[in-house]
Amino acid sequence: MPLKLEEVDHIAKLARLDLSAEEKARYRVQLSDILDHIAKLNELDTTGISPTANAFQGTSATRADKVHKSLSTADLLKNAPDADKNQFKVPAVFGEKK
Amino acid sequence: MKIKDLSLAGLKESLSSGEMKSTELTRFYLDCIGERETDVNAFLHIDEKYALAKANSANCPNSPLCGIPIAIKDVLMVDGMPATAGSKILEGYMPPFTATAVKKLEDAGMVIVGKTNTDEFAMGSSTENSAYGVTHNPWNLDRVPGGSSGGSAAAVAAGMVPVALGSDTGGSVRQPASYCGISGIKPTYGRISRYGLSAYGSSLDSIGVLARSVADIIPVFKTMVGKDPLDATSVESPTTPRRLPDAESLKGTRIGVPKEYFVEGTQVEVAGAVREAIQEFKKMGAEIIPISLPHTEYAIPAYYILASAEASANLARFDGIRYTQREGADTLAEVYNQTRGKLFGEEVKRRIMLGTYALSAGYYDAFYGQAQKVRTLIRRDFEDAFTKVDAIATPVAPTTAFKIGAHGDDPLSMYLEDIFTLPANLAGVPGLALPVGFDDANMPIGMQLMGTRFSEELLFDIGKIYQRETSWHEMKPKMAR
Repeated sequence: MPLKLEEVDHIAKLARLDLSAEEKARYRVQLSDILDHIAKLNELDTTGISPTANAFQGTSATRADKVHKSLSTADLLKNAPDADKNQFKVPAVFGEKK
Repeated sequence: MKIKDLSLAGLKESLSSGEMKSTELTRFYLDCIGERETDVNAFLHIDEKYALAKANSANCPNSPLCGIPIAIKDVLMVDGMPATAGSKILEGYMPPFTATAVKKLEDAGMVIVGKTNTDEFAMGSSTENSAYGVTHNPWNLDRVPGGSSGGSAAAVAAGMVPVALGSDTGGSVRQPASYCGISGIKPTYGRISRYGLSAYGSSLDSIGVLARSVADIIPVFKTMVGKDPLDATSVESPTTPRRLPDAESLKGTRIGVPKEYFVEGTQVEVAGAVREAIQEFKKMGAEIIPISLPHTEYAIPAYYILASAEASANLARFDGIRYTQREGADTLAEVYNQTRGKLFGEEVKRRIMLGTYALSAGYYDAFYGQAQKVRTLIRRDFEDAFTKVDAIATPVAPTTAFKIGAHGDDPLSMYLEDIFTLPANLAGVPGLALPVGFDDANMPIGMQLMGTRFSEELLFDIGKIYQRETSWHEMKPKMAR
C-alpha cells in the first residue's frame, strides 16, 4: 500500500528532518516499496512467540554503584558548535527569534 | 620474503629479530598508501606523524602485534584523530576518547596509520553512501569494494595495511571481505566491547577484523575480546573455547549446508565456488550434512525494521547541539530540523524515516513487534541447526562486487543483496568470510562459515586448515603484487 504524502510529512516531522519536496516525493515511492517487502513478515503466524530484543536473552548486567573518572566537561565541549560558561548554547526554545 | 607477502607472525618475527624496525615497516605501508590512495580512496584520514611516532615508541616484546600497522574504520573513535563515520554531520569532530577495542590494540603496540572510508554511519553495502566519495575495489576500480567496511577491506586487499578493523551490523565486515578477496570475522554479539563505536543498530552491531588470512585475524581478535565495564552488553569469553577435535584435519567435524542459501538468484559461479570449497572440506575429513534454516527469507524484512528502528533512536543524538555542525539559527526546532535534514545523507535519512515509521503510534506492534518475534524464529533456526552441525557453510553474498552505481535509485534491490549475512546478526552468532575463488570477470568470491555463539576459535580452525590446503587467500590484485 503506497504511503500518502501526508504520512511522509508526518514521519519527517517526528524524525526532525527538514526534507525538500523532491526528497519527500522520492521517499514516498521508495519507502512504499520497502514497506511492501516488509509486509512479508505478516505471512508468519507468531502467536505465542516471545520477541527477541537482543541476541543475548535473559542476561542482565549489573555493577557496583561507584563513582568513576569520566570525560571532562571541557573536553566534551570542545566539539560543540556553540558553548558558553561550561554549557552547550542553543537558540530560543519557543519560537522567539534571537 | 618481501614485506608485502609476510603474515602478521612473519612481520612480528622480522621485527623481533631486529631485521626490520617498526618505523621501517610503517614507512613501507605509508608509501603503499601514498602510491595507491588516489585510485582506491580507502582512507578518510591518514596520520603519518602519529603512526611513525607510535612505531618509534613501540616497546612490547611479548606482544604478537607489537609495532604492526593497522587501519581503523571511521565509525570507531581514536583520541587524536578526527572521526566522521562517513557523514557531513560529524565533519571536524575530534573524539575525546578511544574505543575500548582500539585501546586494547594500541596497548598491544599496534600502530594506527589512519581511518578508513565507510558508508555513512555504516548504513550501506558498497561505501557509495559515504559523504566523502566511494571507495574503489582494488581488483577492478569500476566496482564497489562492498560495505559498509569497504575502506578497510580495500586497504587490506590493496596492500596498504596488513590488517584493519571494521564493524558488522548486517554483513558489513563479511561482505566487503568477500568482494575484495580477503578474510573477515564478525564475532559473537557481545564478545568485543562496542564502547567507542558509533551506534547504528545496537542489538546487532559488532566490531570485526579484516585481514589477508585467518591466521592474521586471530591475534587481533584475541586481543580485543572480553568484558568491558564501559559496555554493559559485552561478555567474558569462555575459558575453554570450542576447538576442532583434530587440529590437523576436519575429521569428526560436521558442516551443515542450508538449502535456503543455494537458491535461484545467486550468481552461478558464486554457488559453484562455494560448493567446491565444501567438497574440499569433505576431502579434509568433514561430514557434510544438508540442513534447513526455514526462516531465512524473513531475515531481510525483519532486519530492515529492527536496524532502522534502532538507528532512528541512536541517531537522535545528532541534532546540532553537541557535535561540531549546526544549521539553522533562529529557533531550537529549526536547528534540529535543518542540521539533520541538510547534513545527513540520503540513505541515513531513508532509514531514519523507515525506523521512525515502524516505531510510530499505530504501527509499533505490526512492524517492530512482529519483526522481534520473527527474530526469535530465526534465532531458533540456528539453535536447532547447531544441535546437528558444528558449522554452517554458505556464500557470503549472492553475487561478486557490482559496478559502482549499479543499484542507482533502487535501495530495495541493494537491501536484497544482504540476504546471506543478516541472519547471523539477528541470531547473534559469529560468521567468518573466506575467499574461495573468482568469477569470470576475475572478481573474488567469498564463503561464509557460521558457528554457534562463542565458536570463533572453531571457525578459525576450519578456516586455517582450508587456507593451508588452498591458495585463494594468497591471490592479490595487480596493484598489490
